[in-house]
Amino acid sequence: MKKFTYLLLAVLFASFLAACGGASSNTTSSGTYKVAVVMPSAINDLAFSQSMYDALMKIQAERGADKFEVAVSDGVFVVEDAAAAIRDYASKGYNLIIAHGSQYGASLKEIAPDFPNTTFAWGTAGDTFGLPNVFAYEALSQEGGYVNGVMAAALSTSGTIGVVGPIEVGDAKLYVDGFKAGAMAQNPAIQINVNYIGSFSDVALASEAAQTHAAAGADVMTGSAQMVVGAIGVAEQQGILWFGTQSDQSSLAPKIVVASQVYDWTVVINDILDLMSKGTLGGKVYAVSLANQGLLIKFNPDYSLPAEVKTLAENTIKGIQDGSIKVEVGQ
Amino acid sequence: MRNYVNSLIDGLFPLFATLAALAVGAVMLLLLGANPLVGFGALLQGAFGSPNAWADTAVKATPLLLVGLGICIAFRSGVINIGGEGQMIMGALASISLGLSFPSAPGIIIVPLALILGFVAGAIWGGIPGFLKARFNVNEILSTIMMNVIAVQFMNMLLRGVLIDQNQLGAAKIPQTARLSTAFDLPRLVPTRLHLGILLAVLLAFLVYYFLWRTTVGYKIRAVGLNRFASRYAGIKVEQYMVLSLLLSGAFSGLAGAVQVYGVTHFMITDGTAAGFTGSAGFNGIVAALFGQLHPLGTIPASFLFGALLVGANQMQRATQVPAALITALNGLVVVFVVSSEIYRQQRVRRRAIAEMKKQEALASQTKG
Amino acid sequence: MLQEFFSTTVLIGILASGIRLATPYLYAAIGETIGQRSGVLNLGVDGIMLMGAFSAFYVVFRTENLFLGLIVAMIVGGLMGLAMAFISVTMHAEQGISGIGVYLFGLGMSDLLFQKLVNNVETVQGFPEIHIRYLSDIPYIGEIFFQHNILVYLAYLLVPIVGFILNKTTFGLKIRAVGENPQAADTLGVNVALVRYITVTVGGVFSGIAGASLSIALLNVFQQNLTTGLGFIAIALVYFGGWRPLYVMAGSLIFSFVNALQVWVQVLGIPIPSDIAVMMPYLLTIIVLVLSAQRARQPSALSKPYMRSG
Repeated sequence: MKKFTYLLLAVLFASFLAACGGASSNTTSSGTYKVAVVMPSAINDLAFSQSMYDALMKIQAERGADKFEVAVSDGVFVVEDAAAAIRDYASKGYNLIIAHGSQYGASLKEIAPDFPNTTFAWGTAGDTFGLPNVFAYEALSQEGGYVNGVMAAALSTSGTIGVVGPIEVGDAKLYVDGFKAGAMAQNPAIQINVNYIGSFSDVALASEAAQTHAAAGADVMTGSAQMVVGAIGVAEQQGILWFGTQSDQSSLAPKIVVASQVYDWTVVINDILDLMSKGTLGGKVYAVSLANQGLLIKFNPDYSLPAEVKTLAENTIKGIQDGSIKVEVGQ
Repeated sequence: MRNYVNSLIDGLFPLFATLAALAVGAVMLLLLGANPLVGFGALLQGAFGSPNAWADTAVKATPLLLVGLGICIAFRSGVINIGGEGQMIMGALASISLGLSFPSAPGIIIVPLALILGFVAGAIWGGIPGFLKARFNVNEILSTIMMNVIAVQFMNMLLRGVLIDQNQLGAAKIPQTARLSTAFDLPRLVPTRLHLGILLAVLLAFLVYYFLWRTTVGYKIRAVGLNRFASRYAGIKVEQYMVLSLLLSGAFSGLAGAVQVYGVTHFMITDGTAAGFTGSAGFNGIVAALFGQLHPLGTIPASFLFGALLVGANQMQRATQVPAALITALNGLVVVFVVSSEIYRQQRVRRRAIAEMKKQEALASQTKG
Repeated sequence: MLQEFFSTTVLIGILASGIRLATPYLYAAIGETIGQRSGVLNLGVDGIMLMGAFSAFYVVFRTENLFLGLIVAMIVGGLMGLAMAFISVTMHAEQGISGIGVYLFGLGMSDLLFQKLVNNVETVQGFPEIHIRYLSDIPYIGEIFFQHNILVYLAYLLVPIVGFILNKTTFGLKIRAVGENPQAADTLGVNVALVRYITVTVGGVFSGIAGASLSIALLNVFQQNLTTGLGFIAIALVYFGGWRPLYVMAGSLIFSFVNALQVWVQVLGIPIPSDIAVMMPYLLTIIVLVLSAQRARQPSALSKPYMRSG
């Protein structure tokens, strides 16, 4: 026992030295980026975190892993752990650190001034704190919600639509309110039942909420955040149509997913990289929208959407893009 | 002196067990294609490699210690409090409400009041299961589990309602409060994240030690835990002391929540889970208390060690880019190994415990007589 | 709005939902009851459920064989239970805390395996609803009771079986004896350690099924922390039921009916804040327990490791 312990201690000590010696210096040649991202949930949540991870992977595929190195810390909701991660990545010489969660703002405000040559980006938020090396980004998710709502009302024959939400606030509420506005615009008589289950992760309750919507007569449903996989499962079983948001959810239930609003952060990241190469390290607030292609409506190719509904959706998208349709929610 | 050496040797067992668990972790790292040497190097460096690392470790240890102190009291009286998560939340909510309500009041008044308020709110949230147990014989495990969930929903309601930061820029309103006035920040000890909370926690550890071993109330709490029936026989109002210990246990968790808010986060935000705010300190504090042999002073180094492990493990994740889930699994392994290592010192401790018990019984019969 | 609330659709919906929702709680809580009756508190139920849920899901995802998935979940759950038995019986570890360790291990490990082996959120074809012939056609009753998947039926079948084993068989007597007075049981020649090993392992098997009932029957997906603390509620329900399977079932049903009710309250647009609605099942479970007069005594040796010499 004792010997074993000494051995372990020795190994630990040796590894400690090895790690210290192994820390390499980070040189940044132009066009090469070391990007670190800190995210609150898992990279495969088919929702908020995945939307950013997918964007980074897409950029990496375009630029090559040697020119665009990505480090990930996922599942870090706790603010102090995230703060430690952000500070650590910054001191390790990463050029761009993305704090992908609105809860990280306070930490960023504190850390960013200590690393004036590092670029920080955070969202979803609209505030750069007036710091020259902080970008902020948010999503006008009510816009895609509106488009989804218009389609949902057009497709519903029962006149009842079910919505499964997490907590009644934030991005989810924006989306749901946009969805409601769109559905009402299409059919003022439509009945929209909304259920907030009080959690971003309780798949079982999301599933039960969907069962309840079905029993209440809904033939179209939507929902936001990562627990909706439970609801999608129910929708698939019962042949209820589904509209997704945040990531493309078609793969989960190809028969019933009509369309998903997808956050495509590549627009934002590419612009940030562009500005960085020109020496601007921050100061800009991005809002991804249908107009700037940061929000996309991805139609499920396996679902045969009636042509007139598709035209309706496309016209709605155009309307929002050119400003003739105003989505007024969220304030 | 001999006692001291004994407890020092006892204290080393958890350390050995932790190392053994990390050895298993090394195998897991290998399986994941990461270099364990790099991983554990990063762990050590993340926990102790720089003044900042030391500070992070101490900051992490603070809520563990505070919750752990409450756990010591509860366990000593023979009740289990797994409501630390909910109690931390209630303490935090009460304390932040005060700070947000009087943003321009002087910090010297608000901060102590807020901490006291957190302490009281935790006491109430811990006292309710105590009362239910004493009055209605409702098991405290049931009520504390349920009340954790209720606290989370209460937090959701406040953070998206009355406490929400109305001045948020951008389209989506996030369920978060405004930042507390900087005048209310707990003073920093050195130019790192280290705040006054750690000193407070250590001070309280000595107080709890004094309370449990040097006061009549503390003695009775321990007597109830050691032998409920003998205590009753000796005229101690057993129920009353169980309520008291659950109440105090909740109070320390509530204080932990308040200290987190005023020392670390300075605002609150919810993701709909308890861990989102507490970082599971309400659970990990239980583990820290056990690492410290349910002794308030032993809980000090134990919390520090456990805090180091948590901070270092995050660093390890970043250095090796393994999924963060490994850290959670490893955390569980450490706990399991440490509790299991108990058996190796049990004989030693048991001999001493029996001796003490005999002393207690003698005392108890004296009290009765 | 209120008339709507008392319509048959809603009432049937609540009852059917409640019966379905109670299933995972029932498996986990009945398993925990057996363990606690023998004196072992296993707080790691949620972690075991997660491991069971993942392994069932993974097997079905790869092989599309539902029964193989269920069996693997039972084996994995049993192994986790065995580990818990080893920790608490052989190593005499503090049970509350080792349970937290088992929970954290299961929480992390299931997610780690998921990320490494599956990585994307995927769905599987789970156990289908079985409409029991004739019975499912009975108006109202059929819809409430006889249109569920097989794991739902099995869960309710388990309640009387476990109740019978605990109360009417020699082995049940041994379990209760070990939980009440291990010294006496030992003197009478009962192998205390063996009994506890069996009960905790069986409890693990049940927790494994509880997980599988989520991942391959009710939800048909796996995700990080799929159970979201459901196992802890199950433990609370054991206390609610006073270690008697029938009362544990009653507790699971009350909790689940109220949960189904709060979902309906929101769907019908009754203006109660969503957070208050979500709180209701937790709050009401405590209140019901306070109001119900009779209370069972807990097994005397619960959470106390047994040492022969002592």
